[in-house]
Amino acid sequence: MANLKTTDKKTKAQSMGMHTETLTGKTQQKFFNPDEAENFFYWGTYDVDFNKRTELDVKDLDCKQANKKIDELMSEGYGTIVIKNPQGKHSLGVGILNKLNLIFEGSLGYFGVGSIDGPMVRVNGRVGWSCAENMMAGKVVIEKNAGSCFGAAIRGGDLICKGSVGARTGIDQKGGTIIVGGDAGAFTGFMMQRGRIVILGDVGINLGDSMYDGTIYVGGKIGSFGSDAVESPMTKNDIDWLNRKLKVGEIGDNFDVSKMTKVVAGKKLWNYDALEPTEKKGAI
Amino acid sequence: MCGIAGLIHRGKSSNVGEELQSMLQALKHRGPDSTGYALYANNDGQNFILRFKVGENVGEGSTSVNEDESVYNERKKIVDKKLSELGAPIVKEEKLTPYSYRYEIKYDKDLMEFSKAVESIENVEILSIGKSLELIKDLGDANVVSERYGLNKVQGTHGIGHARMATESGVDIKSAHPFWGYPFADVSVVHNGQLTNYWNNRRVLENKGMRFMSECDSELIAVFLAEKMRNGATLEEGMRESLTGLDGVFTYFVATKDSLGMAKDTMAAKPLVLYESDDLVAMGSEEIAIRSILPQEIDTYDPFDGEVKVWQT
Repeated sequence: MANLKTTDKKTKAQSMGMHTETLTGKTQQKFFNPDEAENFFYWGTYDVDFNKRTELDVKDLDCKQANKKIDELMSEGYGTIVIKNPQGKHSLGVGILNKLNLIFEGSLGYFGVGSIDGPMVRVNGRVGWSCAENMMAGKVVIEKNAGSCFGAAIRGGDLICKGSVGARTGIDQKGGTIIVGGDAGAFTGFMMQRGRIVILGDVGINLGDSMYDGTIYVGGKIGSFGSDAVESPMTKNDIDWLNRKLKVGEIGDNFDVSKMTKVVAGKKLWNYDALEPTEKKGAI
Repeated sequence: MCGIAGLIHRGKSSNVGEELQSMLQALKHRGPDSTGYALYANNDGQNFILRFKVGENVGEGSTSVNEDESVYNERKKIVDKKLSELGAPIVKEEKLTPYSYRYEIKYDKDLMEFSKAVESIENVEILSIGKSLELIKDLGDANVVSERYGLNKVQGTHGIGHARMATESGVDIKSAHPFWGYPFADVSVVHNGQLTNYWNNRRVLENKGMRFMSECDSELIAVFLAEKMRNGATLEEGMRESLTGLDGVFTYFVATKDSLGMAKDTMAAKPLVLYESDDLVAMGSEEIAIRSILPQEIDTYDPFDGEVKVWQT
């Protein structure tokens, strides 16, 4: 494992003069070394069985108690957990780092299923602000509407809302796919860096404002383009990908994706393509 | 961060005091400093309800001071004398706390002149005037304020409320929401957000004769709308003008004797969740406020940026 504190070799960023200090503490980047694999412990992960199913009523639990209970059930091997009576509580189902079928029979409040890495989540209701923020992998399907900042800073996985979503959907998105069956509010794709956003309905003002990279597809009307967001021609690859992804997302049956508007970064505001790949990766 | 909540029953009355208390208590984490209610009660409509304070309940950062109850009592006598001079006989009076009162009065002249006269008395502020509006605000959470003023039995058609986290001004009643839409009877406003052109607008509005009682930016919304309505605009027209006239981030509710409205800034920077059915509209900063009165599964949504909606009773 590289130890930046003790290494004599300058990092590429240092050699470029971007910084001179020695990185220490929590900001220190560590690299995986297969020889030391036994020293790595992926905290909070469990082997679960999808066929082992249970229900959890969270009506009288606060979010911390409910999340702890979900963790306990996973540790007992339950692979399918149905949450009853979430009743708009905040921060339910966050930080799940393994495979799991998680089904919410009702609506979530803010920060639902944030920072997840792997589970398949279905919410038979609505979600509040910042649903699935920082999601790494997995699939989340929302059957009704979602609030603002839907999929903020997600890095991977599929995030699907069958209803409409609020403002700043996919803000700071770094990967993965967000699909919205209805309309989306202002600043959709604000400062997005990678990944794809698909809106089958209309979008509000300032679409893709200050986006670095990534792609946004819109099926309906666009309120206005944001700074440095530009239209790009649809290709066969786009159409094929959209058709496949909508099928995976269980959404938009028979939707004519060829008529969608494709929006990308003009790269006049930010252009990380000009950087070498390593620095680009680091910057993003 | 503050929490706002509102509800309106269409075609019927309900225990709006208790319902709004539940909604605001669910939002306590968004604003623990003070809580305010604007309840539109089933009063007989014969007399004006005058709610006013003769002193402050002072919390952290307030520029006001707590005074002896004897000072409050003396001010109250001056208010009574002023009402007599204005030709506004008191039909009924209730002392709610050492510093606040609820009067029923008869009055049929200009409310702006009336308000100016009453508020010319040092440290006296009219919290509200109306035939159905009961505006109550004080320090503490929703349960504390409701219990102190006996609000959980108030029957009415609609109401708006606010759980305040003091950021722009100190913790006291004068900076708490809701704000009365001076000088209009039965108009009240609650706000979540920050207004950045407060002083510019305030100077313009004060030059037009409008009054500000606090240094809380949210009061600007009530005064802004009142000035528009004074010049003949409807409530909804005034609200639409506020989207460009007010700068900053905001979601606000405004209520009149028979309507409830919401407006959201063009950045959609402040949250709002809305439930709408044929006989009830309920909305709040977070879904848990609505769930506190409607625990069953319901369809809710976030209004979009720049949206204005008004509902009638």
